[in-house]
Amino acid sequence: MANATHRPSFTERHSQWVLLAPALTLLCVAAFGPLFIVAIYSFLTPGDYGGVVWKFSTEAWFNVFAERDIFDETIGFADAHLAIFWRSLRLALITTVVAFLFGFPTAYFIATRPAHQRNLWMLLIMVPFWTNLLIRTFAIMELIRNEGVVNTLLMGLGIINEPIQMLYTDFAIMVGMLYVYLPLMVLPIYASLERFDFSLVEAGYDLYANRLKVLRKVILPVTRPGIVAGSILVLIPALGAYVTPRVLGGGKRMMLGNLIELQFGQGRNWPLGAALAMLLLLIVMATMVFYVRAAGREGGGHG
Amino acid sequence: MAEPKGFNVKKQHGFTTIAVLCFLLLYTPIILLVLYSFNAGTSIAIWEGFSWRWYISTWGNEQVKEAALLSLWLAIVSSAVATSVAVLAALATTRRAPYKGQTVVFAIINQPLMVPEIVTAVALLIFFALIKNYTGYTGGAYLFIAHSAFCVPFAYMPIRARLQGMDLTLEQAASDLYGTPLRVFRKVTLPLLWPGILAGAMLAFVISLDDVVITEFVKAAGQDTLPTYMLGQLRRVVTPEVNAISTVLLAISVTMVIVYFILNQRKN
Repeated sequence: MANATHRPSFTERHSQWVLLAPALTLLCVAAFGPLFIVAIYSFLTPGDYGGVVWKFSTEAWFNVFAERDIFDETIGFADAHLAIFWRSLRLALITTVVAFLFGFPTAYFIATRPAHQRNLWMLLIMVPFWTNLLIRTFAIMELIRNEGVVNTLLMGLGIINEPIQMLYTDFAIMVGMLYVYLPLMVLPIYASLERFDFSLVEAGYDLYANRLKVLRKVILPVTRPGIVAGSILVLIPALGAYVTPRVLGGGKRMMLGNLIELQFGQGRNWPLGAALAMLLLLIVMATMVFYVRAAGREGGGHG
Repeated sequence: MAEPKGFNVKKQHGFTTIAVLCFLLLYTPIILLVLYSFNAGTSIAIWEGFSWRWYISTWGNEQVKEAALLSLWLAIVSSAVATSVAVLAALATTRRAPYKGQTVVFAIINQPLMVPEIVTAVALLIFFALIKNYTGYTGGAYLFIAHSAFCVPFAYMPIRARLQGMDLTLEQAASDLYGTPLRVFRKVTLPLLWPGILAGAMLAFVISLDDVVITEFVKAAGQDTLPTYMLGQLRRVVTPEVNAISTVLLAISVTMVIVYFILNQRKN
């Protein structure tokens, strides 16, 4: 009898971990666990033909930011790396800001449609998002190539005589990232706007505010959590972008993701690649911590 | 009374224009890409008439066929695996009191969503290279394991959402009527959970089908999925053949997303 009464709680406690085991095992083996190996590799010595030699070294981390002159051993900044970090950061930030400028009004437009239409409008935002990222990048590439639709059209109209070189520029990468990540901005802003109480806006107008003031003093502050979430959702993948700069930057305009790949390919410096990957991961984690803090502060602040 | 009749408090100047621009920006490139897959000429900008030419030549391309087959297999197997483990994980993590290690479990399950894909790709490249060194095995299993893993959170989300909205009382009633746990699961939980499982499986399928970065790093030489094949084609002259492959992939994804949307609508 004692056994029979004990059993439910025992199985309840243990069956949870039995049910979780397959998912956790799979993810620990093929997603979460290998991250630790990357951390270890960043402290090893590169092998001659790729791979590593199991000898402790901090050279890879040193090489992330600095380089030794091969002749006189003087230490200088790794200018090539710093230029790529700077491009990654700059393009990711510009993309986020432009995505906000497009995304906020779009989310607002959808949130102010009649209730039964809103889901359909959101579907229109989500369909491109769930289609292949590479295909969407290709679509942009075909549009802005020298012999693409935009240049053909402009030349046909006689506005320009020579095609404008847009492909393989920073501008192309920015447009590409804006295109692929825009839905990520619209989604959380829409979620916070949908819950927004428009009687607050009416109150604003009753107090003789104009439209711009209502937008700045009422709508934007109340929907700030959605805006912060959307910005993070765009910023993080933009920082780690690999496909878009590879396709639209044409190999020369590298971002951090491409620099990482290079170390595992032609660069044959796996520890440096591992250190760069860890750096990217640290930046992303720091951004998320910032987000959690900002979202937490919001709860106490404006309510 | 200050407001004139018909004053719309929700209106903001220029927002509708920007929204329209936004939808145009989202759809014009895709529509043009699909359109030019039917172009009779080789141009991706000058329309020379309708033709199935590029679909026919793509169909005859052995490399594309092989890549398509691998893509399909990967998507089927990994979405099945990911959905199965996600159902079990969702059952274990929803409708229960907070438990020890909750945050860690969520972090592990959602790892593929939080860590940049390039980092996971590099991690898998290194890890699998280690295993290859020790075992000598260089086959296709690595791709299947990697795809199954990163599909898990996408399968997990809709299943978890569905479970959270489900009432425990039905299952308790079934238990009270002496249903064995397995029977209760089969006869009560599973039928109710079904739309969530289907939605999760479809998301996982689309995610696997579309993956480029992790596949590119994990695949052995000569193993190509449709996306990595297309990425490889970049170095050559781009013909509308790529558009034709893209259009087929787009059609699959869009169909899946719309079915997913309809399933979700019915739930609400």
